[in-house]
Amino acid sequence: MKNIYSAVRVTDKVYWVGAIDWGIRDFHGYTTPQGSTYNAYLIMADEVTLIDAVKAPFKEEMLSRIKSVIDLSQIKYIISNHSEMDHSGCLMEVVDLIKPRKVFASAIGVKTLKELYHGQQEIIPVKDGETVSLGNMNLTFMETRMIHWPDSMFTYLAEEELLFSQDAFGMHLATLERFDDELPQSLLEYEAATYYANIVLPYSAIVLKTLGKVASTNWKIKIIAPDHGPIWRKQLGWIIDLYKKWAAQKPTNKAVVLYATMWHSTEKMARAISESLAEAGVKVGLVSMNDFHRSQAAYEVLDAGALILGSSTLNNNMLPQMADVTTYLRGLKPANLIGAAFGSFGWSGEGVRDLEAVLKEMKVEIAAPSVSVRNAPNEGALKICYDLGKTIAAELRKRMGAN
Amino acid sequence: MKKYVCGICGYVYDPDKGDPDGGIARGTAFEGLPDDWTCPVCGASKDEFAPE
Repeated sequence: MKNIYSAVRVTDKVYWVGAIDWGIRDFHGYTTPQGSTYNAYLIMADEVTLIDAVKAPFKEEMLSRIKSVIDLSQIKYIISNHSEMDHSGCLMEVVDLIKPRKVFASAIGVKTLKELYHGQQEIIPVKDGETVSLGNMNLTFMETRMIHWPDSMFTYLAEEELLFSQDAFGMHLATLERFDDELPQSLLEYEAATYYANIVLPYSAIVLKTLGKVASTNWKIKIIAPDHGPIWRKQLGWIIDLYKKWAAQKPTNKAVVLYATMWHSTEKMARAISESLAEAGVKVGLVSMNDFHRSQAAYEVLDAGALILGSSTLNNNMLPQMADVTTYLRGLKPANLIGAAFGSFGWSGEGVRDLEAVLKEMKVEIAAPSVSVRNAPNEGALKICYDLGKTIAAELRKRMGAN
Repeated sequence: MKKYVCGICGYVYDPDKGDPDGGIARGTAFEGLPDDWTCPVCGASKDEFAPE
């Protein structure tokens, strides 16, 4: 068998011709325990068009899938919706190989592709709202700057009522199933939320604006085809509503207790705070940075109303695991949170002070005094932790009531 | 006072609104922003901005 890879039919005229990366676990610092896919699409219009490409090592897989439908020389246009290397890594090689008549990207996409690959290939910039004719079909482009790079754009294929949404509505999930209705909803929600939290969250205000912009076009959309994970053909309203909810960042009745510990003292404090929150009816995400990855912390924070940070003090600093996760979370800009800091120390106790500074920098409203304990917490110290949980719970209830 | 657009992400600085999160009061002209002010959306520096 010469060609083990085939295209997957999405509509009469559109095929999935991407690649499946079963093995990837580190996506620039976001852990992907279920691998990923790099989705590329082939439009069988009068002018055959390829939408996006794949990560460089997966070029042959993509080309094989294309060849299961047509000869490579039939491709006349290539569109790059997003220039990040997982979608453009083999793009210039593919352009040289196929020699399409035209290659299109957004204006910033053209610049980014030049700066990434320093090639001589001509890439034509398209404007927001511009339409390109493929003969019997038409593509319309919409700039979606900062979802999630400045170059990002959507491409809409009116005749098939299909939106190519690049990274928006995507997820890192390697499967042979290509469509949302072939996968369990709980898995889709978990992976889509993890993706949103780790990639899209900082640009939530723009997400809301863009969803409004798409609605105002009156585009009929039957299928959303993202650049990672399954294609949405059944649950479009559901995933769009989830994006609206995640982007709104409204106060919720959930607290994340995020900590790292040296000799279990800070851990005991974290457990006391968590038990107290749960007793007061608050949903708790307890995340030990000794055991979990920063991407899990981001997932937990996505739908939280409170962020409570804990750290022991090591050599006059917070623990490096907490420095790592707080640097990461600060960049993801979760909004509308209340919080507090806690931790144990041996002799100096800078860890809690460092965490307070991080909370302030993240614009988290400090809703309870910090708890700092020398060595192991005694009964009295654990009672103070317990009270901290109660204070946060009461404050969350107040904020929920106000919304 | 003129509005300015970020050439990277498209954010519009509106002097009537200022940039409250960045500590910039309403009524601050773009020219009056500190040199180290950055785009609140993408972090680009002032010289990436152009009049709307």
